[in-house]
Amino acid sequence: MDNKDIKTKPKLANDGLAEHEKALFCDARPQSYKPLGKYVEKFLNWARANSLWILGYGTGCGAIELRPLMTARFDMFRWGLAPRPTPRQAGVFVIGGYMSVKTLKRVIRSYEQMQGPKFVIGLGSCTINGGMYWDSYNTINRLDHYLPVDIYITGCMPRPEALIAGFNKLKELIKEGKIDGQNEYANNFDWYKANQKKIVKDWNMPDYNW
Amino acid sequence: MVGLIIKIIYAFISLSVATIWGLLLGGIAMKVVARAHGRFGPPVWQPILDIIKNNARRTSISHGIMYFLGPVFRMAGGMGTFLFIPFIFGSSVFGNFSFAGDLFLVMYFIFFGQLGMALGAGESGHPYSAIGVARGLSQMTAFELPFALSIISLVIQYGTLNITDIVAAQQGGILNWTLITNPLATIVALISLQGMNMHNPFSIVIAPQEIPIGPPTEYHSNFLGLLQTNRGLFNIAKLALFMNLYFGGATNLSIMILKTFLLYMITVIIGASFPRFRTEQSIRFFLGVPTILGILAVIIVAYL
Repeated sequence: MDNKDIKTKPKLANDGLAEHEKALFCDARPQSYKPLGKYVEKFLNWARANSLWILGYGTGCGAIELRPLMTARFDMFRWGLAPRPTPRQAGVFVIGGYMSVKTLKRVIRSYEQMQGPKFVIGLGSCTINGGMYWDSYNTINRLDHYLPVDIYITGCMPRPEALIAGFNKLKELIKEGKIDGQNEYANNFDWYKANQKKIVKDWNMPDYNW
Repeated sequence: MVGLIIKIIYAFISLSVATIWGLLLGGIAMKVVARAHGRFGPPVWQPILDIIKNNARRTSISHGIMYFLGPVFRMAGGMGTFLFIPFIFGSSVFGNFSFAGDLFLVMYFIFFGQLGMALGAGESGHPYSAIGVARGLSQMTAFELPFALSIISLVIQYGTLNITDIVAAQQGGILNWTLITNPLATIVALISLQGMNMHNPFSIVIAPQEIPIGPPTEYHSNFLGLLQTNRGLFNIAKLALFMNLYFGGATNLSIMILKTFLLYMITVIIGASFPRFRTEQSIRFFLGVPTILGILAVIIVAYL
């Protein structure tokens, strides 16, 4: 990230933070990135598609469907998928089912800590329209109001086969260069933040955590 | 001047070949472990794809100067170790550099990278990094002892500190290998190699499911790309060192590939068969039987 750009861009107020904490966190907005040359980007997209690191964070009950993927029966490593224990190294965030208000806060932090290009998979019907939690007081209904979702996998619960199909579709889209959640998030940052803050009432974290 | 440039080009070729072979070995190891699990596992070139992907990340953040220098030190450790080991004995391209005391330098470089990495990972501020570093340094101290004893035994045996001379002394058939002439030192060194390679049961530093991935928890993007590249290079450097010191070195590329592969497979098969030690178990293991065997190896060579 170029320091000059940060200075010229409007700084984030980081409202929820205590005064002594403000200096500890990032106050720069996320930036959108232009793709490199046509063939370079094509090559890099091929590498990205074949090495997808999943953030191993069970965000909802759908996370139970990720476990069989790692073991002998479905073996997702064959497709270059691997779980990663830290958001810093992961490239794919799998939102496993319903998204409770409490988890949303952590998900936003984790998503912003992931380094781009990053992708989001919404797993299960609850991420599309709330599913069976549609009128719950405690969950959100549409995930793509809060994070840029690249692939939805429907079902309650989707079987691991459906997940594999979803991952393969994601790989196809990455190879074609059609999805770029990181830029989408950066370009519509204010809209996403406003939506997130409508849900998360106790916003005691920075507006953007890298 | 021309000679220097040619030497630099040769070193570069040697480094690239070693890195790619080291990464492929890592891929083969993943494949073997996957078969032991009853899976198919990722393709063998997966580590190379991961490195391309990590280096192609658009953003990266730094936690400070030492954090930035950690992977650089690690890479310098890997390159330093590799460049003073004759990758292929007698080859001008893969012969690398050699001078009178390079065995000591290589031993120093093996640990230099880990110390740099410890400082870098410490600055990232993640608790798992600190735990991983503490475990790594204590295990390193433990396996260094039998390894150093084995090297002392070797130095007394051959009367030199030059790796190329030690390889030269082992030429002319399997009966001249250290494996036959000094079996005790070889066994001790092979045990400490298991600790160095950090597969199970000595995988206490990057302990998956325990302290998720230890020191590199906060490392990402091109920092992680550098660390992964070094993992391939450093791996092959250690194997080449052991091949040279104990198994007669290699006089051509196919012998090198065969010997490093077999040496690595010892680690991989032990790793696929055993669960992980706890930290104190691992340290006690190295300070027990291997150290006593190491002392015996020195005594036998020096006085018998």
